[in-house]
Amino acid sequence: MVTDVQTVPRASHAQRPKSLRRWGPPALRGWTTGDAIFRKACAAIGASIVGLLGLLIYELVRGSRESLEKFGFRFMVDRVWDPVVERFGASTFVYGTVVTSIIALLLAVPLGIGIAIFLVEIAPRKLGAPIGFLVELLAAIPSIVYGLWGLFVLAPIVRDDVAPVLHKTLGFLPFFRGESHGVGMLTAGMILAIMILPFIAAVSRDVLAAVPTTQREASLALGATKWETIRNVVLPYGRAGIAGAVVLALGRALGETMAVTMVIGNNPQIAASLFEPGYTMSSVIANEYAEASGTVYLAALTEIGLLLFVVTFAVNGFARVLIWRMARERRA
Amino acid sequence: MSLVRFAVVVAGAALLAVSCKSSSSAAGGGGGNVSINGAGSTFIYPVMSKWSSEYQKVSPTTQINYQSIGSGGGIRQLIAHTVQFGATDGPMTDEQLKEAKGPVFHVPLVMGAVVPTYNLPSLAHAIKFTPDALAGIYLGTIKTWNDPKLTADNADLNLPATPIVVVHRSDGSGTTYVWTDYLSKVSPEWKSKVGNATSVNWPTGLGGRGNEGVSGTVRQTPGAIGYVELTYAMQNKMPAGEVKNRAGSFVTPTIDAVTSAAAGAIATLPDDLRYSITDSPGDKAWPISGTTWAVVYKDMPAGPERTAVVSFLRWALHDGQKFCAALDYAQLPPELVAKAEAKLDQVEPPKK
Amino acid sequence: MKSTLAISPARKAKNRVMLGLCVLAAAIAVVVLVCIFGYVLLEGARFVSLSFFTRLPAPVGEAGGGFLNSLVGSAIMVGVASAMSVPVGVLAGIYLAEFGRGWLARTVRFVNDTLNATPSIVAGLFAYTLIVLETKRFSAFAGSVALAVLMVPTITRTTEEMFRLVPRTLREAALALGVPEWRMTLQITLRAAAPGVITGIMLAVARVSGETAALLFTAFNNRFLSTALDQPMSSVPVQVYTYAVAPYDDWHHQAWAGALVLVTLVALFSAAVRLATRSKHQVTG
Repeated sequence: MVTDVQTVPRASHAQRPKSLRRWGPPALRGWTTGDAIFRKACAAIGASIVGLLGLLIYELVRGSRESLEKFGFRFMVDRVWDPVVERFGASTFVYGTVVTSIIALLLAVPLGIGIAIFLVEIAPRKLGAPIGFLVELLAAIPSIVYGLWGLFVLAPIVRDDVAPVLHKTLGFLPFFRGESHGVGMLTAGMILAIMILPFIAAVSRDVLAAVPTTQREASLALGATKWETIRNVVLPYGRAGIAGAVVLALGRALGETMAVTMVIGNNPQIAASLFEPGYTMSSVIANEYAEASGTVYLAALTEIGLLLFVVTFAVNGFARVLIWRMARERRA
Repeated sequence: MSLVRFAVVVAGAALLAVSCKSSSSAAGGGGGNVSINGAGSTFIYPVMSKWSSEYQKVSPTTQINYQSIGSGGGIRQLIAHTVQFGATDGPMTDEQLKEAKGPVFHVPLVMGAVVPTYNLPSLAHAIKFTPDALAGIYLGTIKTWNDPKLTADNADLNLPATPIVVVHRSDGSGTTYVWTDYLSKVSPEWKSKVGNATSVNWPTGLGGRGNEGVSGTVRQTPGAIGYVELTYAMQNKMPAGEVKNRAGSFVTPTIDAVTSAAAGAIATLPDDLRYSITDSPGDKAWPISGTTWAVVYKDMPAGPERTAVVSFLRWALHDGQKFCAALDYAQLPPELVAKAEAKLDQVEPPKK
Repeated sequence: MKSTLAISPARKAKNRVMLGLCVLAAAIAVVVLVCIFGYVLLEGARFVSLSFFTRLPAPVGEAGGGFLNSLVGSAIMVGVASAMSVPVGVLAGIYLAEFGRGWLARTVRFVNDTLNATPSIVAGLFAYTLIVLETKRFSAFAGSVALAVLMVPTITRTTEEMFRLVPRTLREAALALGVPEWRMTLQITLRAAAPGVITGIMLAVARVSGETAALLFTAFNNRFLSTALDQPMSSVPVQVYTYAVAPYDDWHHQAWAGALVLVTLVALFSAAVRLATRSKHQVTG
């Protein structure tokens, strides 16, 4: 019963002969000159975004040419990052970026959607507005502040309270082996989760708020409980919007630099345990770019920037396929 | 909605008006104001900002704008001609000098030191480190605090069996450059395995971002050891270890010890002033000392900018030095000042 | 006779539990925010004074330094970045929601999501290579461009999603009344989607207001007050960062004060914009 929220279908256009559609008088055309200009302008601006990415990629490729020539494919699987002997490999950074982002999403998506549901469905209006505003405020905190707070407040909590509990209960999993020094991939994932929370919560809130009340009322009238209404009617209606919010948040998680680098331990290694320190692609660029000397070193760092886009492509593509699959199943 | 639209339009117009007006009057002109941009070492930033404000009292029409983006960044900006001078904690390499396409002078400005700091519960006095001990800890071969190599010199401290958590800098930095320079000189194993640079492939340990990242991590982690600038350790009252210098005595890190290191190395200074004073001879020398240089092109085009840069650096070498002590920086010994000024004279001779 | 519409106890319990979890989620968020904000407040509140807003930075050891140049600089650069990114983002979002149908729209959408993941340092380096190296100077304009690159994807995404949520009936009504499509889009659909679009813009503004890495190599920083777009310009996050990494307690206090003021100003600005654009034409239900 979910209404299709696609834009206006142009059925009336399609029924007319093509020549009339393009050259006939405005009354029969169905569109005015203003429309044509507007549409073309919007399309041009949309295309400019593609142009922007193209330019960005071009600059990155140009900057990383030396590293591409010297290391080739080995760059992506090599674990060693040694500026002194000029041997560079990015696999540890890719691992760190992917793992911290996954942790961040696993924590932030349920929390964010839960908050959105609370704000829209449960909270009385007077409470909902200020709390929603507070959640959005999380986005305004500068990343350096997140980094410092993470280092001085969150890391000790993880080391002393969270990690021992996880170790005791879930220590059989390879993710929770060993001891925590506070800084590490788990802490970085948690900080990222807090940073991307406002994106998911605020956008999901707007999405859920736009669901027509008629839908809710219909479901309740059929005898569903409030939760069942939310789960079976409201959430599916806003599914696309929420997916968009998650993609936005994922992008932020993949690219976040300052806060992560202060709490991840900055140790380029691939370790199964989440308590271990790691290193992300954005962190290494931010940490070493300013001081990097030598053209191969700079090129290697630029190539990591390029690699980050490749990883984003891959993750986005994967997410799209997932969503498309889910949509297909629903329809069937 | 129209009220908002109106406000937006007014704000936008105001913004445009302000920026257009200022861009024509600023940019170094508008009444003889000369604006100089410098970039580089984070280490020298505090004293640079002091100099910038003091120099304005001496020469009100000159604005010195220095920002710390790291030594390597400073060198690169100089080569790209986006700044008039750079500041670096490590001298430019031959490769960088070639990239610069024009002779570059190194003008030493201040001295500093790197000290080991640690987190162990209440000790009677500072830990004494030998060069071998430091190298072993950072190579990962010495793993606990009660290792014989450490207890040999610290028998009265009862060092515990806690594992050592090594902390180093994750961002490229002059501090790392000085630290690894020292380790390379005192440990052949370090030199072959790791080497000397602003950023290296550390055999072990956690990386902290910046001095505050390292000191923060050390402070939070029992049993940790890290290295920070002397200024940082002094200002934040962090415990600093004593280190055995080449002459064989354990030295406490102080500003005087740093100046001694420089004085001890004066005799062997190369002509282009690209020197290293780690592991310096001298009884009271602090072995992990470093310098921050200003780097300028010898053939800067003549004009108000060149005069401003040279006058400022000249002032820094003389009058500027008296502001160092209050900020916990070590002054240049007079012989070094003379050599530095000789370089500046080659860029632009002093106005008599 | 038992009513067939009675809700079983199991369903009732599930209802309570799940709704309770949602309340818990909100509570966690509020607690975390209070924790972080409280930390900033604790560290910085004592050091915010009038001179903070009216003076230029002072070197170490001298009291009374302020953030005047940074506040002005941040306002200018975020303003210019918004002026560049809001039209682009909103129109691109409109294209994707209203007109985009074929391969171009799919590509634009995908590209937009990819751009969203640009690390701020990469955006900064991009503006550096494109503008700073070409003009051989650091400039506030380069900084604004870097910020705009970071803002556009967020605005585009949210605009598209919000436009999709406007019910078809509204558009049909407008068209039936003879309103040309472009007018309908700009004056009716946009107005209906406005609250959500503004959320997107505010999120983007809030994010770049706290951005450091993008500005380090573009706008550089400036000890002196400057409003020129072709000169280096100071900004609050860069100044906060510079102070935070310095050894001096005095400067640490300034850094925290700066962070506190930044968050507060962004919050106030957000609230003000929301209040001003509160639409009486809420389109839900």
